[in-house]
Amino acid sequence: MPKVLVVDPGKCTACRRCELACSFKHTGEFNPAAARLTVAAFLDEDYYLPVVCQHCDVPACQEVCPAGAISRDAKTGAVVINYERCIGCRMCVMACPFGGADYSISEKKVVKCDLCGGEPECVQNCVWGALEYKEPEGAAWSKRMDIARKVQASTREVL
Amino acid sequence: MYGWVGRLLRVNLTTGECRVEKLDPVMARDYIGARGLASKILYNEVDPQVDPLSPENKLIFMTGPLTGTSAISGSRYNVVTKSPLTGTIAASNSGGYFAGELKYAGYDGIIFEGKASEPVYLYIENDRVEIRPAGHVWGKTTHETEDILKSEAPAGAKVACIGPAGEKLVRFACVVNDKNRAAGRSGVGAVMGSKNLKAVVVRGTGGIKIADPEGFRQAVKAALEKIKNNPVTHGGLPDYGTAVLVNVINAHGAFPTRNFQTGVFPGAEKISGETLAATYLVRKKGCLACPIACGRATLVPEGPYAGHGEGPEYEAIWAMGADCGVDDLAAITKANYYANELGYDPITFGATLACAMELYEKGYLPAQDTELELEFGNARTLVEAARKVGYREGIGDLLAEGSYRLAERYGHPELSMSTKKQEYPAYDPRAIQGIGLNYATTNRGGCHVRGYTIASEVLGIPVQTDPLVTEGKAGLVKTFQDLTALVDSTGICLFVTFALGASDVVSMLAPATGIPYTEEAGMLAGERIFNLERLFNLAAGLTRADDTLAPRILQEPLPEGPAKGRVNRLDEMLDEYYRVRGWDEEGRPTEATKQRLGI
Repeated sequence: MPKVLVVDPGKCTACRRCELACSFKHTGEFNPAAARLTVAAFLDEDYYLPVVCQHCDVPACQEVCPAGAISRDAKTGAVVINYERCIGCRMCVMACPFGGADYSISEKKVVKCDLCGGEPECVQNCVWGALEYKEPEGAAWSKRMDIARKVQASTREVL
Repeated sequence: MYGWVGRLLRVNLTTGECRVEKLDPVMARDYIGARGLASKILYNEVDPQVDPLSPENKLIFMTGPLTGTSAISGSRYNVVTKSPLTGTIAASNSGGYFAGELKYAGYDGIIFEGKASEPVYLYIENDRVEIRPAGHVWGKTTHETEDILKSEAPAGAKVACIGPAGEKLVRFACVVNDKNRAAGRSGVGAVMGSKNLKAVVVRGTGGIKIADPEGFRQAVKAALEKIKNNPVTHGGLPDYGTAVLVNVINAHGAFPTRNFQTGVFPGAEKISGETLAATYLVRKKGCLACPIACGRATLVPEGPYAGHGEGPEYEAIWAMGADCGVDDLAAITKANYYANELGYDPITFGATLACAMELYEKGYLPAQDTELELEFGNARTLVEAARKVGYREGIGDLLAEGSYRLAERYGHPELSMSTKKQEYPAYDPRAIQGIGLNYATTNRGGCHVRGYTIASEVLGIPVQTDPLVTEGKAGLVKTFQDLTALVDSTGICLFVTFALGASDVVSMLAPATGIPYTEEAGMLAGERIFNLERLFNLAAGLTRADDTLAPRILQEPLPEGPAKGRVNRLDEMLDEYYRVRGWDEEGRPTEATKQRLGI
């Protein structure tokens, strides 16, 4: 099973090291506006979520691309752009519901996460494990354990 | 340029002219950025005798070459000006996201000159720079101001602003960015208010270039490993915030209580970082590029002190807690929210209230002068005073002057626990000797983050020294002060130094800038910066007599705890400190020293 980016918003601290590392890796400069992911930090509500390309099983970006420029990298599982074919029509930007693809003003081209060829810089820079690169299965297990603890606690209060 | 953007924005608020200038690469190499570079500009351009609240004073926002990069905790900028609290050079630094955004917009810093004829704010969107009217946000809190001004800017914009305290020239008003991060000490917000400048709004979508990308990446990776493997930076600080120190410092008998009348606070456990984590902490929060995340997002869900925001940090907990004899964490947290929203320094505020309480207790401050019951331990008084001081309302108008001017007004300046009129932070120099020498000699008055010898004297970083001895402390203080000046000037956070040394800092600075900084060159730059600040202060009229401590610290022994019976023995350290600094007996850098440092 290919690995994917697994996000745990509860572990995020909104430091945005992932954005910095991503832009540096892909553009050679530090520029969050060119990062392939964004930490949505709703600071007033204490909610932080790194929003990343999901590398979907059925990618809308790939489906909609008229140039056949988007495909899956067999080694990493990443949905990637072939710039030799890309015509810059930005249909993928329009189609993706997650904001996974974007037009980078500084690079003057459509960009998206390519999982850095299997060693994502964002993951290496996240010290809290809010971003991990791993097989997606079993992701719900720890959530189920957490909710079970809450049920247990509230049950104790009642009984 | 690499690391630096290479451009400064000069804004004349009197004429309305905004001009982009090239950053002088030699000045940048020698003074690095942030605190150092801004101090050099202030030194070159402002008469040290200037009235701090006059249009002739300048206000400089400056980032460093590592700000906005992935260098560890590279989030910082400094606000440098002449302080209305101390009359010395002021350099207050802050994290959050604002400083990085300023660099992405294409500026290393902003130099504000003159004074606007009516309230304005500066709007920056990459190359677009406008001075805009701010009458609609004048009088608003920092949180309200940020929300309103963001609605007038593109998504992703960041805001630094003053609250009512800055507008009303509270002498310890701060500049607040990203709602809860502050350039906190020495009253830099009052200078901003004196210029009728309410805020800076910035959005940037450009990049920061790095001279040696792979070298930089490897240096950051190595430093990140050290942060992750350190029990302070990846344990104590993220788990409990800076307030992890409450119990530690109290156990040393160095936790100043009731205006430094003792060093042991019986209520410490109730206001500790551990208690905060178990009660009002919602989650930990990091500034831009920071893997440590000491920030505290907190919520007091109900009761008279209900509220939501960030903090309190260790210093705020101490100043508004132990120093005022208050052990009610909800009240302290609420007072801290006021400090963030009204825009002032909670250390000087808490210490000034503590001073007022002692003046009141001793009968020097008569009851008819205050509408509040100023006895120690009164949590309601703390919260009421925290609101009033931000608006200079009632007794708040007196507190807004700081403890020295307050105590002087009532004929007892010796009850102000301050040096150069800035209040001490949360470590009693009678129980920790070296920090006393640091308080006496820092260039912005009483301050811990100019030479944090607590690291060595209490925490054993990088080596343990005995807090009760004075021997060797002169050299220790100098080393910490110079290292801090280096760190502050690069744009990274001082807290990295729990895990990283000067060699790690230059290991990131060199590949970022392309200038082959060695550890020696970095420390020399720190020493150069510290001496330049000193020269500004001497020209402002300060002398050796100002390098001292409050009479209580020098003469009244601690009544209890591990340091019982001790005073600070500054006289055993000061002359040696001048010698290791290369200063004459009056504390003036000699010609040879200036030459060695290239000043």
